Amino acid sequence: MSAPTTTRRGWLKAASAAAGGLWLAACDRITANPKAIGFLQSAEGLTRRAQRLVADRKALAHEYKASDISGDFRPNGSIDPAEPDYRAHVAQGFANYRLVVDGLVERPLSLSLADLRALPSRTQITRHDCVEGWSSIAKWHGARLGPLLDQAGLKPQARYIVFHCADSLEPQPDGSGQYYESIDLIDAYHPQTILAYAMNDFALPVRHGAPIRLRVERQLGYKQAKYIMRVEAVADFAHIARGKGGFWEDRGYEWYAGI
Amino acid sequence: MAKPKTMLVYRHAGVTRATHWINVLALTLLLMSGLNIFGAHPALYWGQKATFAHPWLSITAETHGNSTIGVTQIGGAKFDTTGVLGYSGKPGARQPVAFPAWATVPSYRDLADSRHWHFFFAWLFVLNGLVYWLVGLAGGHIVRDLVPTRADIRPTNLWHEVVTHAKLKFPKGEEARRYNVLQKGAYLGVALVLLPLMVATGLTMSPGFNAAAPWLLDLLGGRQSARTLHFLAAWAIVAFVLLHLFMVVASGTWNNIRSMITGRYAIVPDGDAR
Repeated sequence: MSAPTTTRRGWLKAASAAAGGLWLAACDRITANPKAIGFLQSAEGLTRRAQRLVADRKALAHEYKASDISGDFRPNGSIDPAEPDYRAHVAQGFANYRLVVDGLVERPLSLSLADLRALPSRTQITRHDCVEGWSSIAKWHGARLGPLLDQAGLKPQARYIVFHCADSLEPQPDGSGQYYESIDLIDAYHPQTILAYAMNDFALPVRHGAPIRLRVERQLGYKQAKYIMRVEAVADFAHIARGKGGFWEDRGYEWYAGI
Repeated sequence: MAKPKTMLVYRHAGVTRATHWINVLALTLLLMSGLNIFGAHPALYWGQKATFAHPWLSITAETHGNSTIGVTQIGGAKFDTTGVLGYSGKPGARQPVAFPAWATVPSYRDLADSRHWHFFFAWLFVLNGLVYWLVGLAGGHIVRDLVPTRADIRPTNLWHEVVTHAKLKFPKGEEARRYNVLQKGAYLGVALVLLPLMVATGLTMSPGFNAAAPWLLDLLGGRQSARTLHFLAAWAIVAFVLLHLFMVVASGTWNNIRSMITGRYAIVPDGDAR
């Protein structure tokens, strides 16, 4: 039997396998190089600007009919946080829960769930798109973020709203495993941006972020922070955790999650 | 008898050649990064939302006792695709992954980085397509060379082209200077339908873009339908490329490749009974 590389077909096969191997190795090296992958990631800025150019900043995400609601809405990320403080809130039925609103605001707030329920609210049936590719539809009801921020009074330097969460998706000694997210003021004041305390007409369940989660429609699922404990107005988020504006952003995902 | 001399003609304009090769690069990387992205949720659905228990297609690994196999499920049918789909890698070090390492960029599962690759080359692909269309329309290439003429679409001509194509008999002389009707149909179909469909279905998966163009979401039947169509159209492009490469080889590999690099294409005058 002749060695495979001595036949014409064998030679072609070996050559294409070698070329393919080189190609894959090159792609992996580019991916592992922070500068190179950073260059590829620069498309994110183009995407954000292009989308903001073609979409009205108040353009609404599509709202669905009650019959469209998913019976199998998939809980993702943390679904039952183990942090002792959070467990205590669950045990008390969130009776002592307070949402802190602080940072670059004129009047820091500390709101109970009853306070939140008394704020201007909105109900919407929207589609939740996970970055992984699946979608589920649910009815959300919650306090509109815009009026809440107006109540606290944003200082002129405030440019982003950061949501600090109760859960650690990846516990780290320096606390950088704590879940958090950030959005800009365009999205914070969007009419569909709410702090949801109800899902499908029931109190928000623990697996979906009790007692409140963010709904910032028009962005992917990882922006929809769950278990929110604190809303902070900031000028920029470079000093928070690893500085990219969110738990998944710190792990390579785009800050602009509109695509 | 003296051998008839071949004649070099100028076949492809610089813009056509440049946009062709940029497309080769962009589509290759879009496909490979796309297959990696698919692996983050290797199941497809129709409509607006996922019906997790009933995907129409899924590519997963199943473990029975102490053996794991790759399973590709299409509708009600299940296939064992161990080694390629669902469960692949070197025997003994196989991984549960939808598409094998040699088909994806990066070669390992990484949704964040494969998205960076995908969106960067999506922009390159879209800008490249715009250049092709603007120059092709303004310069007349598309109307002159790609839109079928009245004579092209006469049934007798269509039949003639189908038969000669099936026999892999290619035109000579003056006829070789222009695209035949099957080439025109294929190229125009890809440039006018398939590639724009990739962009439209891709954009329809973007919740930000949905707010800008809700009509596209309605037209394509929902976000999960758009994901399904994106996947199917990608494989339609792969099928086109395979056929395209086959025809390149069948009708003269080096002549075709040269014409797409330098623009010069050799034609054999009529009467050469080679």
